[in-house]
Amino acid sequence: MYRYDEFDHAFVSSRVEQFRDQVERRLSGELAEDAFKPLRLMNGVYLQLHAYMLRVAIPYGTLSSRQMRMLAHIARKYDRGYGHFTTRQNIQYNWPRLSDTPDILDELASVEMHALQTSGNCIRNVTADHFAGAAADEVADPRPYAEILRQWSSVHPEFSFLPRKFKIAVTGAERDRAAIQVHDIGLHLKKDEDGRIGFAVYVGGGQGRTPMIAKKIRDFLPEEDLLSYTTAIMRVYNLHGRRDNKYKARIKILVHETGAEELSRQVEVEFAALKDTELKLPEVDIQAISTYFAPPALENRAEGWESLARWKKTDPEFARWVQQNVQPHKHPDYGMVTISLKPIGGIPGDASDAQMDAVADIAEEYAFDEIRVSHEQNLILPHVALADLEPVYRALVASGLATANAGLITDIIACPGLDYCALANARSIPVAQEISTRFGSPERQAEIGELKIKISGCINACGHHHVGHIGLLGVEKKGAELYQITLGGSGDENTSIGEIIGRGFEPEKVTDAVETIVDTYLGLRRDGQETFLEAYRRVGPQPFKDALYGSAQEAA
Amino acid sequence: MVSKVLTANRLSDGISVWLDAAGNWVEQLQDAFVARHAEAVTALEATGKQAFDDNKVVDANVVDVEEVNGTLRPLRMRERIRAEGPSIPYAAGYNGLSGPKHAA
Repeated sequence: MYRYDEFDHAFVSSRVEQFRDQVERRLSGELAEDAFKPLRLMNGVYLQLHAYMLRVAIPYGTLSSRQMRMLAHIARKYDRGYGHFTTRQNIQYNWPRLSDTPDILDELASVEMHALQTSGNCIRNVTADHFAGAAADEVADPRPYAEILRQWSSVHPEFSFLPRKFKIAVTGAERDRAAIQVHDIGLHLKKDEDGRIGFAVYVGGGQGRTPMIAKKIRDFLPEEDLLSYTTAIMRVYNLHGRRDNKYKARIKILVHETGAEELSRQVEVEFAALKDTELKLPEVDIQAISTYFAPPALENRAEGWESLARWKKTDPEFARWVQQNVQPHKHPDYGMVTISLKPIGGIPGDASDAQMDAVADIAEEYAFDEIRVSHEQNLILPHVALADLEPVYRALVASGLATANAGLITDIIACPGLDYCALANARSIPVAQEISTRFGSPERQAEIGELKIKISGCINACGHHHVGHIGLLGVEKKGAELYQITLGGSGDENTSIGEIIGRGFEPEKVTDAVETIVDTYLGLRRDGQETFLEAYRRVGPQPFKDALYGSAQEAA
Repeated sequence: MVSKVLTANRLSDGISVWLDAAGNWVEQLQDAFVARHAEAVTALEATGKQAFDDNKVVDANVVDVEEVNGTLRPLRMRERIRAEGPSIPYAAGYNGLSGPKHAA
């Protein structure tokens, strides 16, 4: 993984000291809140319902064991013993004291981490496929390009005060595991017919109150043009993005109002002027960054095939976990392990300090010291020998981290919702917990198959409800919570925005409604192979509407 | 009129607090001073603004409450959750609200 050079160390340390001074001046009264608020936000410090919240950047979701141990340490020393992994591959702490935040940032800096650009109208943490560097289907590792974008965008003077926040995602495979079509810029790494590396470029995707699927404005952008073309997009957005209305300020609105064709033309004009400037990436630089992400030396471990088969035969729980949470690696003797942060009835994305330490230990012993955070709020060990799966599983069981539900109905994304968030209108976590408990039986989950439920507690859609196969949006109506249901959303290479199915449901009825939807699907699917999403796309919303509301009521 | 209390978040640690009758910021809604007429509400609003200007608290707001059997209950769920804490137990391993560093 990337290691800080002297410049990085000096830069992050200087920012910590700068923020320490700002916090001291704020606490002494020298700085008023109006002046301080933008400064604390630039350092990832929010004010939520009960306390401050600190959002720490995890670039493209990649962590070492040392860094994970530091996250555990911070949870233990400065917070309340846990942290919350987010859909942007970051971690949030819900209870830090403002007066402690400079010390927290100082400790983070000691392991090459920070909280810069986790808030504000700037380019946020660049996200990537959580299986990067390990997936059998990838053209190239997207992380070197994400790292190049991170370096370029960090305190970029021209792009630190954009019309609104800006999110970039990179995927390296045809199978999109980074939801690139619902990002401001989505980059799909590919090769052209000559075998050159480049990107298909998508612009203007996003969720929030106005969900939009990104438009592809470039089929193939050579890798050396990554920064010049991205700069061209940013310049067009910075110039024409709506600063008059916060709700129309994202680039998706600009793309929508301008039209992808015209926007693309404007970008190409800028690009023509930038193409052969210092922004052109030299091959040697790409190689230098790529070196940091070289895969570990994976020895052949063919003995794992036999032992794995034997363990699976003797332990059905282990077999179920392997079936659900281990994906094929590009090396046949290895697997990619998903550590579910979705225990049945638990809080999606939460991990205690002890669990974080346990993952760090396991990664160090069995997984080449590499950990990823997925945008689905799970942790990943990208390189585990099949021969080591059994001890890894045992260690995860001991820490309550071996729930075998990756991709199943209980693998729910949920935002913090009204339990923590100052913007939320309704709770998300208790809804996720109740659905998880209702469908917690392994047999029932297996029968249902792949089904992604995503829950947001307000229209800002941090819980990605628009791209949930079943999406739940909490709203406040007459002082009470109500949950709108959308069906048919998807955040993969065939991205779709879910359709609102009808009137919303009270909290005590929403799990029943989800069960009705699931039972309807089970009743109409062609066979056990047809997933919920495939079935929905085949039959449309009507059978689900009929089941939820009755055909007469819906017609009225 | 609807009864009201003054709430805010303490500047130093962000913890939710309410103003009591002695003018102190306390961590329990039930200890809050309740304004039951317009003049009292005006006084609360002025106190909140002053405390903000004095850099004691942030996000000061007057919120609606009702009194049920002698217990204060905010009308909005948002404020009820602020007063009572998250409606869920925390992550496995969490040792309770009153850890040594954050005792109420």
